[in-house]
Amino acid sequence: MNLNRRQVLMLLPAAAVAWDFLVAGTPEDAPNYKMTEHWWGMLLDITKCIGCGSCVRACAMENDVPDGYFRTWVERYHVDDWHIENPSVDSPNGGKDGFPASDVKGGKNFFVPKLCNHCTDSPCTQVCPVGATFHSPDGVVLIDQNYCLGCRYCIQACPYGCRFFHPEKQVAEKCTLCYHRITKGLTTACCESCPTGARQLADLKNPNDPIHAFLKSHTVQVLKPHLATGAKMFYNGLDGSVR
Amino acid sequence: MSKFKDSAHLIRLAGVFVLGIIAFVVLRAAVIPKSFGQYGPYRGDALREITSRPIAFAGHETCEGCHPDVLEIKSKGAHAHVNCESCHGPQGKHADDPASVKPVRPEVAKLCVRCHAENIAKPSGFPQVNAKEHAQGQQCNTCHKPHSPGFDAGGKK
Repeated sequence: MNLNRRQVLMLLPAAAVAWDFLVAGTPEDAPNYKMTEHWWGMLLDITKCIGCGSCVRACAMENDVPDGYFRTWVERYHVDDWHIENPSVDSPNGGKDGFPASDVKGGKNFFVPKLCNHCTDSPCTQVCPVGATFHSPDGVVLIDQNYCLGCRYCIQACPYGCRFFHPEKQVAEKCTLCYHRITKGLTTACCESCPTGARQLADLKNPNDPIHAFLKSHTVQVLKPHLATGAKMFYNGLDGSVR
Repeated sequence: MSKFKDSAHLIRLAGVFVLGIIAFVVLRAAVIPKSFGQYGPYRGDALREITSRPIAFAGHETCEGCHPDVLEIKSKGAHAHVNCESCHGPQGKHADDPASVKPVRPEVAKLCVRCHAENIAKPSGFPQVNAKEHAQGQQCNTCHKPHSPGFDAGGKK
């Protein structure tokens, strides 16, 4: 085969594609779950949250979250009638034991369940010096605990405070969006145990997911939209005072 | 006689480079995990490790498969939208082995007030009671059946 320089140059891109195909290895093993067909998020309806803490307990039981650490938690907001910019927030034990009746009067009072926002452009994955945290093809931010050095950069980088340092494993930990459940067709533990339907797992790539109808008829917001993190936790009825 | 009379130097140097490159390629192949780069710039096996975690909450569809009678009662009441494990806790082990793992009956005194105790931050439309005044020492399930609670006074349902 005689090739001139021009032909070799023209073949190079094809060779590059072929090489990429070679190093990419075999496609995913689980035949029933195709990562590329999903894009996970969650709908959190503040108008439905009753602060019972079922989600926090369920998460701890499903994922062995150590006591005093939280992959999800619930905050109680009290927004004064005049002091709107400085709401008072409490979250006793992350809301795990529910909320005691408060003695506040008036103002606006509501619960805000929080968890990892599984941002599309997440600050936490960008700071990891060893690439231990990453985006899965279906839009979930995960940690490779074998790679994590425990440097805690990601914990500082998360603007939502969703990561913590596991006291025994000595690695960063966070919500996996119950990746072991959603890949098997189940919903997350928090959504499964929410008695009022305030939390609903959403597959944005599934055209039949009820989230699409909901998003069209409701005004939803994400937390800290000004940070442009591409958060995928959509809050319905979110008050402007929530940080 | 070649133009370069000391060409052996160059060959030796090239040899060193070739050895270095071979060492680099071999080391790289040995150090980088096989699944690295399978889906992106991370270990593909990490996804499989995370996915392989055992499930604690079986999911209400699993419960309903064996307990259609409860589903029937529940679907007509105010708790129709409340999933089984919301009150009964994680029952994955029970679902795997129903004969030997029996679920513990939830404690009514704690369970009901968890959701229905009065709290100013709860949505105003949500049924809330001051348990002490409302029940006056009685257990909730004296009047209200948890699978299908009635909101009418006396709780006949």
